[in-house]
Amino acid sequence: MNPLRPYRSSWLLDWLPFLVCGLILLVLLPQSLSMFQLNLLGRFLTYAIVALGLDLIWGYTGMLSLGQGLFFGLGAYCFGMYLNLEAAGKNLPEFMGLYGVTELPWLWQPFHSPVLAILLAVGFPMLVAALVGYMVFRSRVQGVYFSIITQALTAIVALLLIGQQQLINGTNGITEMRTIFGYKLSDPATKMGLYVTTALVLGAVFLLCRYLIRSRFGRLLVAVRDDENRVRFVGYNPVVIKVCVFALSAGIAGLAGALFVPQVGIIAPKQIDIVASIEIVIWVAVGGRGTLVGAVLGALLVNTGKSVISSARPDIWQFIMGGLFVGVVVLFPKGIVGAILDLFQRIRLSWPNTRPAESAPLEVETTSLAGGKPR
Amino acid sequence: MEVVLSQIFNGLSLGSILLLAALGLAFSFGLMKVINMAHGEFIMVGAYVTYFFQMFLAPAVLGENGAKEGWFFILSIPAAFLITGALGYVLEMTLIRRLYGLPLDTLLATWGIGLMLQQIARSYDSRNVPVTSPDWLSGGLWVSETLSLPYKRLFIIGLVILCIIGIYFYLYRSSQGRRTRAVMQNREIASALGVATRRVDVLTFALGAGLAGIAGSALTLLGQIGPQLGTGYIVDAFMVVVLGGVGSLPGTVIAAFTIGLFNTFLEMSTTATLGKVLVFVLIIAFLQWRPNGLMALRSRT
Repeated sequence: MNPLRPYRSSWLLDWLPFLVCGLILLVLLPQSLSMFQLNLLGRFLTYAIVALGLDLIWGYTGMLSLGQGLFFGLGAYCFGMYLNLEAAGKNLPEFMGLYGVTELPWLWQPFHSPVLAILLAVGFPMLVAALVGYMVFRSRVQGVYFSIITQALTAIVALLLIGQQQLINGTNGITEMRTIFGYKLSDPATKMGLYVTTALVLGAVFLLCRYLIRSRFGRLLVAVRDDENRVRFVGYNPVVIKVCVFALSAGIAGLAGALFVPQVGIIAPKQIDIVASIEIVIWVAVGGRGTLVGAVLGALLVNTGKSVISSARPDIWQFIMGGLFVGVVVLFPKGIVGAILDLFQRIRLSWPNTRPAESAPLEVETTSLAGGKPR
Repeated sequence: MEVVLSQIFNGLSLGSILLLAALGLAFSFGLMKVINMAHGEFIMVGAYVTYFFQMFLAPAVLGENGAKEGWFFILSIPAAFLITGALGYVLEMTLIRRLYGLPLDTLLATWGIGLMLQQIARSYDSRNVPVTSPDWLSGGLWVSETLSLPYKRLFIIGLVILCIIGIYFYLYRSSQGRRTRAVMQNREIASALGVATRRVDVLTFALGAGLAGIAGSALTLLGQIGPQLGTGYIVDAFMVVVLGGVGSLPGTVIAAFTIGLFNTFLEMSTTATLGKVLVFVLIIAFLQWRPNGLMALRSRT
């Protein structure tokens, strides 16, 4: 086995779980769940897409971005503005009348076109991330400082959105959405279509991320996480790598936001604040940072738990959430997937016939996933 | 002229509030490199201590208008300091000590603690509650015909100055402070010289938490308090510490007042939200020029 390619495994092992999951999501679940549940699941799948993006930048590159909720929100706003315009038809969006706006602001013009709206939903968050990332990484701001600055960015933009009442309806957010590409959003067939699209996009993003982390780029990400200076000395520019991965994760989040908004029918600044961003972190942490399956699994599990528990006992959920943050850091730093992998490893080692050379291939360091070094 | 003067005062006042919120972080983040996301909730706990003193203890002891006399308000400040300090002590002993050297993990764990503290407050009462201020803090000091400086804001500025003097004497004029600085500069050598580093860690963290409590007490003067009180201040407080330079007390002080002044002037010339956005952009731009903040501690690590 080539030690530089620790991920290489057989074709069957590689694709079978993926195809099985695809079948469950696309065939089994649509038949067994009610429309309401399927819609909820569709929403969770968009969360899983964001989680994949965060896992790239946090789990693999070691930079905890507390701005993913912001990029998700920006994508959602972009696509929400298109839906809003489509609902308004030839008129102005309804809320603008309340503030006495008589002409469509220039900011809204691109959103007449659905294609442009989707491109902007992905491209605009990428642009913001690339700009902020370049400024931040160029001055070698690292570790927690990056987290604090992305958090501040999130708080600031949420504030900015609240302040823009005439432009995007401030605190109330954008709500009037009726059709998508001419299909009625309330129609079950449209809902099913949105769900299937989301599941397919999740699969595509998953494959993209898997391709990336197995490529040279992915190994560079892990290298930046584990020792950025050495990457620099070897001749790579960490700034470029970090800007790329930050922009990529932002684009993924924006795409998820664009899929989220037609399924929910509202996007408001409340969904962008710092709490939303940090919740994304806990999905990835619970599932297992540094594994793509973990990110998806964590997003689905935590959100299912949230919707089940908080509908029964809303007061309890906050305690559970707090407990998850503490517990996952102190007790299960590798998350669910990490714990299962550890278990397999232990079983394999206790197997009498295993040769030690085979059972211990070059392991990618996974203990310092948070990017911290013991002092 | 008067507009400018009153804006300068508002800026100083905002700066003093930011500084009060950030002083505790200057201890936990600045000296120990521990990201305490529960800092905002410590502020909230401090505010609730004052709330209980003013709304329950004072009426019970001094009669119906006891809260207005202000004795219990004054008493509540050290009480908030002690109670949140004790909370910080417990948090350090149980959780933070396991996470030294893992700043991002600390960030997440303390955020979880913050969520729980918030929910405890919410299960007591989810609404925002008013706190009676002492009578002698109502009104203001008239410096001219039209310009009046509210006593409450003057009080907060005074309180911050008192805190800074206290911190200065603790850090630079006491033996415990000397030990603290020694540990922060070089843990191994300090330990080899017989300084009990664990004790220094837990005391420093508790002090930072206690300062958050004082900030909470002061915030009751400015409006209603509620479970979400702290979240509004945590981001700003972190920006103050980052701009000031982590580990530098003078830097923190200068940064707080700079942000305060810039904020009020930019808000005056644009809008409230745009002013805040501009301040953030300026901070990012400044970090391009000096990545370690206004006053960086020179070190080789």
